[in-house]
Amino acid sequence: MSRRPLVRECPPTTWYFRQPRYLRYMSREITSVFVGAYCVLLVVGLQRLSAGPAAWEAFLLGLRSADSIVFHLLALAAAVYHATTWFNATQKAMPIQIGEDFVPGNVISGAHYVAWAVLSVVILYLAGVF
Amino acid sequence: MAKSHKPVVWFPFAAGGTVIAFFIPVIVVLTFLAALGHIPAGLSYERMHALAGNGLGKLIIFGVVALSLWSSAHRLRCTCYDFGVRADTLVATVLYVVAIVGSLLSAMYLLQI
Amino acid sequence: MTQMKERLVQLEVLRYNPDTDTEAHFQRYEVTCYEEGVVLDALNKIKADIDPTLNFRWSCHMAVCGSCGMMINGEPKLSCHTFLREYEGVIRVEPLAHFPIERDLVTAPDDFMEKLKRVKPYIIPKEKKPISEGEYKQTPTQLMKFRQYSMCINCMLCYAACPEYGLDPQFIGPAALTMAHRYNQDSRDAGREERQEVVATHEGVWTCTFVGACSEVCPAHVDPASALQQMKITSSIDWIVEHLIPGGKK
Repeated sequence: MSRRPLVRECPPTTWYFRQPRYLRYMSREITSVFVGAYCVLLVVGLQRLSAGPAAWEAFLLGLRSADSIVFHLLALAAAVYHATTWFNATQKAMPIQIGEDFVPGNVISGAHYVAWAVLSVVILYLAGVF
Repeated sequence: MAKSHKPVVWFPFAAGGTVIAFFIPVIVVLTFLAALGHIPAGLSYERMHALAGNGLGKLIIFGVVALSLWSSAHRLRCTCYDFGVRADTLVATVLYVVAIVGSLLSAMYLLQI
Repeated sequence: MTQMKERLVQLEVLRYNPDTDTEAHFQRYEVTCYEEGVVLDALNKIKADIDPTLNFRWSCHMAVCGSCGMMINGEPKLSCHTFLREYEGVIRVEPLAHFPIERDLVTAPDDFMEKLKRVKPYIIPKEKKPISEGEYKQTPTQLMKFRQYSMCINCMLCYAACPEYGLDPQFIGPAALTMAHRYNQDSRDAGREERQEVVATHEGVWTCTFVGACSEVCPAHVDPASALQQMKITSSIDWIVEHLIPGGKK
């Protein structure tokens, strides 16, 4: 009896519907679209800033539209989702062993969350939000 | 099998992923406030010009923008593959070129300030 | 003695006979099992009472041997470790995804076996010493550094969970690369440079996009995703030393 194994192909364009965790992974990856688009907005902002006060004021006023608000909400959701997945992954990428024991993973991720919160508050404060 | 040169693109991706996680959400909040009509005092021309006017400020702004752009471009490249686009070399070239051009433009604008 | 409760279990099992079939197809079975049973018990009952032609692998029935891995309702699982009471309705049982089907629920593990060999999953000492000089000693701290990664039972659930392996079968994959990490982390080992020839290639860690599914399905809590992330970082540092630092090796 000879072997005749049946090879099944992984569907290259639809595989992520197979398991919910694949959809979670794809959502994480798709955050790059919104974050990337937001970075392009930042480059435009730098251009306006370099063009002088009038151009900068116009840039800020230009942000005030419904489309811009929707875009900001999407970018914010994407950036925050990226941040949580990234900080959750730090414990896997950088485990810390002290003696025989490893520092619990949620301590490593938790430290990143604390640093993130502090940094965000400091930046908001420096920007005069409160 | 030769060792891969992937670290060239992956290292800045990893650095950029960290930068995005720490900085981009709060920066989005600032421009979101502007979009809502409550422009934070820190976004005034004088304050922004002062920030981008000194060497350290230029360096920080450039680092955040360039690394975030690169990280997004690299992740988008992988995402295209995951969606079944097999023209990886083309996708990678286009996205990396966009990221590099964006970074060069940022550097140019910052030097003009 | 207390009476053990029984329940009627419906299973939809993927069948493939290499001698007669060109496609795989589902076959429905109904069987009465103990309430506390596992999917493997149901399969054994089917084989004993209903259909002796049904093929599947198993051995220990206690989540140690790693031979009874299957897709159960689309999720890679050890069938000896998957309780019937956790399911309602028809339970769909398929062979492990991403591996060729040998017959029914039996898959061909050849690809994984070949890849496992390629990462040299054994201690390569700096200098071999004769037995008369005694054992290679290790402190508990040194042991703990890699112990988690040594718990792999080669069940291949991580390969069935990894979409990147499914999309690119050249990928060395989670378990084999994790084994490389396990030996790299071992204080008695000096073989990292040899393993890097496989680990640091495109087919090695660089095909991984950190989906993380491998670690979620691992029945031995090995966390291959963490091993691969760590190897990406160390491989990147290697690259910088080799290419950017004057006088760096190679």
